[in-house]
Amino acid sequence: MHSSITKKLAITLLAWAIALVVFFPIFWMILTGFKTEGEAVATPPSLFFEPTLSGYHEVMARADYVKFAINSVVVSLGSTLLALLIAVPAAYSMAFLPTPRTRGTLLWMLSTKMLPPVGVLMPVYLLFRDLGLLDSLSGLIVIYMLMNLPIVVWMLYTFFKDVPKDILEAGRMDGAGTLQEVLYLLVPLTLPGIASTGLLSVILSWNEAFWSLNLTTSSAAPLTAFIASFSSPEGLFWAKLSAASTMAIAPILILGWMTQKQMVRGLTFGAVK
Amino acid sequence: MATLELNNIVKDFAGTQVIKGVDLEVKDREFVVFVGPSGCGKSTLLRMIAGLESVSSGDILIDGQRMNEVGPAERGLSMVFQSYALYPHMSVEDNMGFSLRLAKVPKAERREKVLEAARILQLENLLERKPKALSGGQRQRVAIGRAIVRNPSIFLFDEPLSNLDAALRVQMRIELARLHEELDATMIYVTHDQIEAMTMADKIVVLQGGIVEQVGSPMALYHHPRNRFVAGFIGSPKMNFIDVEVRDARGEGVSVRLPGGGEYLVPVDASGCQAGDTLSLGIRPEHLTLDDNGPLEGEITVIERLGGVTSLYVRCHGEEWILVTDGEVSHRVRDNVRFGFAPARAHLFAEDGLALTHLERHPLVDVERRQNRASTAADVS
Repeated sequence: MHSSITKKLAITLLAWAIALVVFFPIFWMILTGFKTEGEAVATPPSLFFEPTLSGYHEVMARADYVKFAINSVVVSLGSTLLALLIAVPAAYSMAFLPTPRTRGTLLWMLSTKMLPPVGVLMPVYLLFRDLGLLDSLSGLIVIYMLMNLPIVVWMLYTFFKDVPKDILEAGRMDGAGTLQEVLYLLVPLTLPGIASTGLLSVILSWNEAFWSLNLTTSSAAPLTAFIASFSSPEGLFWAKLSAASTMAIAPILILGWMTQKQMVRGLTFGAVK
Repeated sequence: MATLELNNIVKDFAGTQVIKGVDLEVKDREFVVFVGPSGCGKSTLLRMIAGLESVSSGDILIDGQRMNEVGPAERGLSMVFQSYALYPHMSVEDNMGFSLRLAKVPKAERREKVLEAARILQLENLLERKPKALSGGQRQRVAIGRAIVRNPSIFLFDEPLSNLDAALRVQMRIELARLHEELDATMIYVTHDQIEAMTMADKIVVLQGGIVEQVGSPMALYHHPRNRFVAGFIGSPKMNFIDVEVRDARGEGVSVRLPGGGEYLVPVDASGCQAGDTLSLGIRPEHLTLDDNGPLEGEITVIERLGGVTSLYVRCHGEEWILVTDGEVSHRVRDNVRFGFAPARAHLFAEDGLALTHLERHPLVDVERRQNRASTAADVS
């Protein structure tokens, strides 16, 4: 009895400690965003200071935050919708009309995620240049969609696999074609799963930096490029950089916070059953 | 009008034949039951009729039209699944009306048809509910309702009662039989439960290993099984089988010698067998009778009292026999009993399993089920 309480206490303290360690950089970043440049680099770092919005003012004055943010929203949502549009039929056929090669195909799709993106930067860059997709939103949407497609197909596949085949067959007996089967039966039945898959795809796209930095310059640059623009060769301006970063991650952080329940449910959907 | 004809239907699954050439004719308004042990291909055959499974070779004809390449919905059939397969995100009404919605039937007409089916199945009060909020029996009725709404030419049932508890199963069995009368529809029903087969069918199709073993009325299968498999499969407890030696084969039947010395003249067609052959004698437990002068004697090893009837397991000449007797017998385990049977009740099976034909047909074999019914829909209303 006694030892079990001690054990619980120890585990709780450990969990809090880990959570604090993980959260600390974000906390520090947000804090630094409200400091002056001088305070930001002070040693020892000051925990108590007079908060100022000067960092934010300067950031807003130097760059068009709204434009970057709109690009981020368009690219994240666009790539997610496109990925879902392609992944739903793909996962449907893999889950309900499997062939002996379905498993291999799924593993192969996942294996592409293990390739370092820089390995294909050159060919992709040249392709984009020749197709005129450099620094365009549509180009970024396509590359993000391709980046997330394996994960989206995998997740949808596991959700679809949980749908009893009988229900779709009953639909077929009732006169549903494949499209109606998917729209009226499969999608409504797996909506929680599709939603969490979409959310994950949005978050991954939002946070993606490698491709956006390499394939965009100005007109299609999303928030990740916005942050990067504050780490200039002339030296780092920590306060401004922190303010910019805070602004860049705030929307997705809030979205993640609001949909936490949905995310956890979706991600563990197939696992606990 | 709805008839079904299967001509030499074959199903190949990756090189393995699961249906090996099935021929069958289903008449209009007939209640046909496919029965057989699990893995015999009965569900596969039903799914092929439904159009959910492709046909490797052979023809499926509905009302004389070849349907092999026609999609499931266009065949004009309805299917009730073992798992009910209700649409979990739709209300009972939407579940039942889904096919009409897909067929773009106007809302008012749709509602009317759904209400009509709901009335037949007493589901009127549940129309707003989701399947989750229904009991097993209610879900089953919704599944049947969904089939009725489509007004199909043939109803297909794939083990629809096997997920229900025993009491409900009996009740639904009776409801289904009544529904068959009321709708006057052709129905094909798959089950592994021989009681369901016996009680509901006009015609039973016994399947084993993808082959039709016998097609016939329940009484034909019971009294004149074509082979040893059908004899053992139909009837509960199982038929007793015992090896016997042929003493004489003549016009009136085959005379066989039982272990222990008794001799019986079984009235079957004797052609093709001769004295000295070994045959298998089959006799149903309910056709064995306790008889102090009976030719067989043995010791009781187990007694199962069910109240109305009692099953006795008797060890006799190294074989276990099962007798179903009157519930009032007062024997105990390890008692010695003598028993016998009427020779006309016995069956003889040749070495290849085929039954020797009885010289006389049982009178009930050709009695139609409809004549058997105490009440029909017309009487009720």
